[in-house]
Amino acid sequence: MMIEIRWHGRGGQGAVTASEAVSAAAILDGKYALAFPEFGAERRGAPVRAYTRISDNPVIPRTPVTTPDILVILDPSLLHPEYTYGLKPNGTVVVNAKLPPEKIAKILKLKPGVKIGVIDATGLAMEVLKRPIVNTAMLGALVKATGVVSLENTEKAILNKFPGKIGELNVELIRRAYKETVVSEIKEEVLAQ
Amino acid sequence: MSDLPKYNELPPGGIIPEPATSLKYYTGDWRVERPVIDQDKCVRCRLCWVYCPDNAIREVDEEYTTSKGKTYKIKYIVNYDYCKGCGICAQECPVNAIKMIPEPVEEPGGEEE
Amino acid sequence: MTLAVEEASGKGLKRPRPMSTNSAIATAARDLDVDVVSAYPITPQTTVVEKIAEYIANGELDAEMIHVESEHSALSAAIGAAAAGARSFTATASQGLALMHEILHIASGGRVPVVMSVATRALSAPISIWNDHSDVMNARDSGWIIAFVSSAQEAYDTVIQAFKVAEDPEVLLPFMVAYDGYLMSHTMEPVVTEDRETVLSYAPKRDYPYKLDPKKPVTIGTITDPNWYYEFKYQQVETMKVALEKFRRADEEFGKVFGRNYGLLECIHCEDADAIVVATTSYATTLKYLINTAREKGMKVGLLRLRLYRPFPVEDFLKATSGVDTLLVIDRAISYGAPVQGPLATEINSLFHSRGIDTKVVSVVAGIGQRAFKDDDAMNMFKLALESRKAAPEETIFYGVRK
Repeated sequence: MMIEIRWHGRGGQGAVTASEAVSAAAILDGKYALAFPEFGAERRGAPVRAYTRISDNPVIPRTPVTTPDILVILDPSLLHPEYTYGLKPNGTVVVNAKLPPEKIAKILKLKPGVKIGVIDATGLAMEVLKRPIVNTAMLGALVKATGVVSLENTEKAILNKFPGKIGELNVELIRRAYKETVVSEIKEEVLAQ
Repeated sequence: MSDLPKYNELPPGGIIPEPATSLKYYTGDWRVERPVIDQDKCVRCRLCWVYCPDNAIREVDEEYTTSKGKTYKIKYIVNYDYCKGCGICAQECPVNAIKMIPEPVEEPGGEEE
Repeated sequence: MTLAVEEASGKGLKRPRPMSTNSAIATAARDLDVDVVSAYPITPQTTVVEKIAEYIANGELDAEMIHVESEHSALSAAIGAAAAGARSFTATASQGLALMHEILHIASGGRVPVVMSVATRALSAPISIWNDHSDVMNARDSGWIIAFVSSAQEAYDTVIQAFKVAEDPEVLLPFMVAYDGYLMSHTMEPVVTEDRETVLSYAPKRDYPYKLDPKKPVTIGTITDPNWYYEFKYQQVETMKVALEKFRRADEEFGKVFGRNYGLLECIHCEDADAIVVATTSYATTLKYLINTAREKGMKVGLLRLRLYRPFPVEDFLKATSGVDTLLVIDRAISYGAPVQGPLATEINSLFHSRGIDTKVVSVVAGIGQRAFKDDDAMNMFKLALESRKAAPEETIFYGVRK
């Protein structure tokens, strides 16, 4: 079994680091995983894509993720149907937004059966880190919405990457986000409204 | 050419694994003109010895008295086995005591080692 | 910086750590206790050298890091260090490898066992920082041993094998370990690392037999006139044959010591295949993943992943492809104006012809400047290989280009 994650963010939000942290957590969980960014001319604010694949099998394709099981959107300005291409029918979307899930489902034109996890990652990051770096909050949301990796090893992966005070703050952010993320499933009636 | 070593009889990469093999290479064969030192004019300043790129000027402990009666305890001579005849010594000599004589020299002037 | 996780603590269980290929290569250099690292930064190689610098700064590696002003100097310094008997490592990519070109030949001709990693990247102009194999394929006749690796783990393992082979007194050739820029260099994946003691007992530092030592002087970099030069070049021809067997043995021994080895090439479903796709590096991984899907669809295809490129494992290759009538060769570089414009396809073609084998070779160029190569594209390679059995295209296919 292989789980494919696609990350959409903007340069500086830490999408690449988050994609790596999830693969690191998966590896610590005892699975095989790959994480790789789609490199462009990197600059702050530019839309970026990154991919994570988690598998029980060591052979994992090194191609861009076109049919994700999980989609993570790190920036509210990227809430647009064009970023949901290829999402599997029973997939999960994790978004950074202040909007209710039903509204997001409508904006993204999500189909029934898709699970959605919402967190105001920017607000939370400003509160905890005092900076709008949302990736670790999104990790907490991802773990809550999907359970694709363990919370424990996600925190460990972040502490390995950022030892000391910064790591501890980010772990706090992951835990807060995990707690506060609202997870719901898109129902037909929601879309009909 | 057939008596030269085969590829597998040579050290790798053209590396020469022993020192001082240049002694076996008589670069004196290259010479078109040979420097000849006039011991009478030479003031023993050592500049030829300093400038020679092939260490082919030798300083020897040998007494020499000039026609004007000045006695030196040393002499400079040329090692023609290795002197390529570049002429730097003749160019640098401040008293023009070194002359370049076209090879082959029928009656060798100067002293050989 | 990468996500390093603490080492498995002597329980006999080797726990993989998440690492990029760049990081894995730097860690191999650490575990090999290299003495000198001389490099100049270039994307996507940079983090290799950054990681090594970190290991040196942390005290995990006692090595001299030489910060040079160009790749030309980077390799020159590495050669000088190796000639003085140091275990020397460098890393580069793209324009960096191109700038090293002169010195590549000095390393191989001078028989200096430097090991270098290459995060393959396209060549300018126009500028592309992205991946293809133009850089390494341009260096294929430089007399280096060249291996293409397909995972961060294999990169780690191959750098260790590379030093063992390169420094073997019967070899003394420089070794290039090539992997895909970005597609591998910046991809986080699990890597098992080994303890230095075992690595060094597998690949012990050996005294370079002609090292620069004032007590025992040697001359290197001699001039050789027409009576001498040819023999030294022929030495390289013969030594490549030695290197092939040494690498084979080094890989087998690696398997015995560490429990992982790869062979000179890897063949999947080749035995009963109607057509085989030949690929290297990251493309091989993707095709390997998809080949079972292709088989499930009834496509009798095989995959040959070429690992050792120079010296070319001729006999292994012929054996692996003996039962098949069509080969599709994916090249990630272009030999402009050549009769067949995929350089690897050209070589395989010439191999078959020289042996009187009439296996069809379909030349496909793909992924130039990291043009996306997705799962569908990989499946298309299998399809194209099978279709070509009936009518093989005469000219190189430039897959994925807009025309």
